[in-house]
Amino acid sequence: MSAIDNTDGGWRELAEDLRGLRADPPATLRPAVLERVGLADALMTVHGPAGPLLVAYNGRGISATAPGADEAGFAERFQARFGRPLRPAGQPPARLAAQVERALTPGRRGAGPRYDLRGTSEFERAVLAKAREIPRGQVRPYAWVAGELGRPAAVRAVGAALGRNPVPVLIPCHRVVGSDGRLTGYAWGVGYKRALLAAEGADPDELERLGRRGTRFFGSDTTRIYCYPTCAHARRVTDRHLMTFTGAAQAAAAGYRPCRVCRPPALTG
Amino acid sequence: MEPQPELPARLARDLDGSFTELVGTYQRLVFGLALRVVADRADAEEVAQDTFARAYWALAGYPAERVAAMRLRPWLARIALNLARNRLRRRPPPARPLEDGDGQPLAVAAPAAAEPAQVAERHSDRELLAELLAGLPRGQREAVVLRHVEGLAYAEAAQVLGRPVGTVKTHAHRGVRQLRVELEARKDKEEMPR
Repeated sequence: MSAIDNTDGGWRELAEDLRGLRADPPATLRPAVLERVGLADALMTVHGPAGPLLVAYNGRGISATAPGADEAGFAERFQARFGRPLRPAGQPPARLAAQVERALTPGRRGAGPRYDLRGTSEFERAVLAKAREIPRGQVRPYAWVAGELGRPAAVRAVGAALGRNPVPVLIPCHRVVGSDGRLTGYAWGVGYKRALLAAEGADPDELERLGRRGTRFFGSDTTRIYCYPTCAHARRVTDRHLMTFTGAAQAAAAGYRPCRVCRPPALTG
Repeated sequence: MEPQPELPARLARDLDGSFTELVGTYQRLVFGLALRVVADRADAEEVAQDTFARAYWALAGYPAERVAAMRLRPWLARIALNLARNRLRRRPPPARPLEDGDGQPLAVAAPAAAEPAQVAERHSDRELLAELLAGLPRGQREAVVLRHVEGLAYAEAAQVLGRPVGTVKTHAHRGVRQLRVELEARKDKEEMPR
């Protein structure tokens, strides 16, 4: 081992050359790592049901959405709310882009994207999970969400939780409406909510008309089951057999039972 | 020995607030180590990403006292080395076994200040050394990279490799000797009378 005794000049030169082999990491490494673990986010724009949709994401899932194309404004609001930087993505990951497209396209099956809902409370996440159960083209009242969560009195809290939905459009908080069918409250305006519902095949004007007339549920006199008006089962009922109810009590008095799919309240409502 | 002795304590208190600093401190080591094992910049970047992602989730799961007492450099180097080896195992053998595989030329220090010919020569010297290093048997190569390229102490390198210090020393010595023999052989060839 004397040949590599570190007193000899040749060795010193080689040692220096070996140290010179230290490679500089690419500038893309750090941002990629931070995005992957969810300490920074990337931004992409997709075609939403009612115009372009800005989508922020990191390795944990989709973290925020906003309508429109104002990347700088979105990044600013994102930083203020989540305290993380948001930068435009060169090339969004193909898998995620496909998942988002699936989530937004009618009739497409398969896994949707994951969501990064850090910063929301357990109750808020439960509310958002309920909203995700509402099929495209349908709506449910705030009271339905509260009842499903076993907290029928928490209607206002449900509204507040939906208002804080970090990923609107993808998590369809717009499918939750007033018990009377009115499109109350939406972070980006009731007009946008109306456009989203219309694009999904719900008829918001008709829903509001029904609500004004006091209709809360549809029933079928052949099955003697009552549903929310947008439930797929209600829409299959032909006009001749369609019954309307102003509440669960009226439906129950007529001998109808609640639909097991859209789960309207059983007695009062 | 660790470049940021206070970092483990900070990570234990606030992982998200200090993790960026961890990446900044160790990205050169992690990427460099991966590059010398997988010999491809794109692969090395993926290995480095995987290393830091693993490290993040591991740190997030450890109790604070454990994080505060960690020796980050050998720990990260070990994760990087294992991931790089796995990647190498999954990859079909390269067409040219002695290729450095850097793809694009690595940045040379202050190229503008030097003569073009000198730069080219220095560059090719560097490439030659990388090539010879890549041709060493795995044990020698890893020992030389950890000790002489990345500058870890023998004790740390031994920890990374999971081998006794004596074995790592032997491997590093043999690797360096082999490099010198091969460099001498090249030089002799160049200096042959025309």
